[in-house]
Amino acid sequence: MKDFLLVYRTDYNTMPQGASPEQMQASVKRWMDWMGGIAAQNKLTDRGNRLVPSGKVVKSDNVIADGPYTEIKECIVGYSIVKANSIEEAAELAKGCPILAIGGNVEVREINDI
Amino acid sequence: MNQTELIPHLFRTEYRKIVSVLCKLFGIEHIEIAEDIVSDTFLLASELWGLKGLPENPTAWLYIVAKNKTRDYLKRNSLFAKKISKEIKSNAATSEEIEIDLSIKNINDSQLAMIFVVCHPCNPAEAQIGLALNLLCGFGVDEIANAFLTNKAAIYKRLQRAKEKLRTEKIEIEQPTLAEIDDRLSTVLMVLYLLFNEGYYSPNQDVTLRKDICLEAMRLAYLLVENEQTNKPFPKALLSLMCFQSSRFDARLNQNGETILYQDQDASLWDQELIAKGEYFLNQASQGDTISKYHLEAGIAYWHTIKADTKEKWEYILQLYNQLLLIDYSPIAALNRTYALAKANGKKEAIIEAEKIKLTDNHLYHSLLGELYTDFDNTKAISHLQDALALAKSPADKMHISNKILECRQKQL
Repeated sequence: MKDFLLVYRTDYNTMPQGASPEQMQASVKRWMDWMGGIAAQNKLTDRGNRLVPSGKVVKSDNVIADGPYTEIKECIVGYSIVKANSIEEAAELAKGCPILAIGGNVEVREINDI
Repeated sequence: MNQTELIPHLFRTEYRKIVSVLCKLFGIEHIEIAEDIVSDTFLLASELWGLKGLPENPTAWLYIVAKNKTRDYLKRNSLFAKKISKEIKSNAATSEEIEIDLSIKNINDSQLAMIFVVCHPCNPAEAQIGLALNLLCGFGVDEIANAFLTNKAAIYKRLQRAKEKLRTEKIEIEQPTLAEIDDRLSTVLMVLYLLFNEGYYSPNQDVTLRKDICLEAMRLAYLLVENEQTNKPFPKALLSLMCFQSSRFDARLNQNGETILYQDQDASLWDQELIAKGEYFLNQASQGDTISKYHLEAGIAYWHTIKADTKEKWEYILQLYNQLLLIDYSPIAALNRTYALAKANGKKEAIIEAEKIKLTDNHLYHSLLGELYTDFDNTKAISHLQDALALAKSPADKMHISNKILECRQKQL
């Protein structure tokens, strides 16, 4: 089994604003049910984290800029690490990710442990 | 209690106490001397009490005789006294004056210190459980062999090896320091958890023995909760879990020691007092900011003490299983989670998820799929139930699965 990084991306502007507690709870349930399903297959290495929208980008000339700009369409909103035998199997696990239902996508990358 | 019942009873309750105190006095390398002294004490009791009748206070009698035997031993074995009891001697001029403290406080302190020795990670889990039964619970080799459904020689060897390991590793009999307590405590909790499960889920049909093991595990967990240093959220959560689980002890086994499934249990047999205790300790356990698998399992067990089969209940159980699997995968949690998923989100979704789990050599996996496919696709249900039947080992499981197959066949007609 190899580890794969799942990177969740979406457009922050399309994310529901001012969600009600019920909507938030429903969203938490969708994520937990999906991750619980991967964990039930014993294929979850690390549940990972969500990221807050604002951040900084440090560039080669040591200039620190605000960003990544949340205006961009594909902003990283979180990540997890799963284990699978192949990239195809890892991609299969990414199906059903709740980010897909709100127009986002999941990037699947094999982790090259040195 | 007459004499024939009293001695085994006292052996169970007092043997471990005196052994703990003596072990702490002598050090782990002389564990056998401590055991011999206490065994001799009980031997003398069974001889004398048979002839002369019971003493007025049997427990006090045992303590006095054990103390005398210890002093005699130290006197006779001056070498042992010189080499080993240096520390003891520093407090006493001669071996006659050695204080053998069998007060309740010292017994509790010694037992707590012994818990950490017995659950030391230098021994594998199986050996830790055996040692716990032997040294902390006062179970004889016979009873342990019976509980593990194995022979006496194997258990004897396992215990000897484990004690030897403690000796060679020179494990100190003392409470761990504050710095190392969390680390050591987690092994202790794991052993107590396994010890409880050994009693709760054992295929052994001796219900009394199994109940005794569960009670002993609870007693040890309670010892941790009662002690200031170990009175932390995780032990409380474990104790809460044990209370909830054991509340169903009488309802989940028939007189042959066979399991009665949860949905078929008579809820009036659930012990409400234990349920209340479980709730109390779960509240107490929820004061920290970290959550352990014991918290989550106690939460799941709590929802199982509510008989009503509501969607809300199963939604809570599903989310607790989701969280449990994120921190600690086990096949049984994966299967139970899928059952909860069926109850909360519907069978259709659960079937898709169940097919992904692929625990194909586990009879419970096929039983679950059989259950999920029932009324949905009875042909598939029967096929899975037949796989389950082929894999199941216990007669009770086989009978239960056969009945399910019959039910499905009738639905097909």
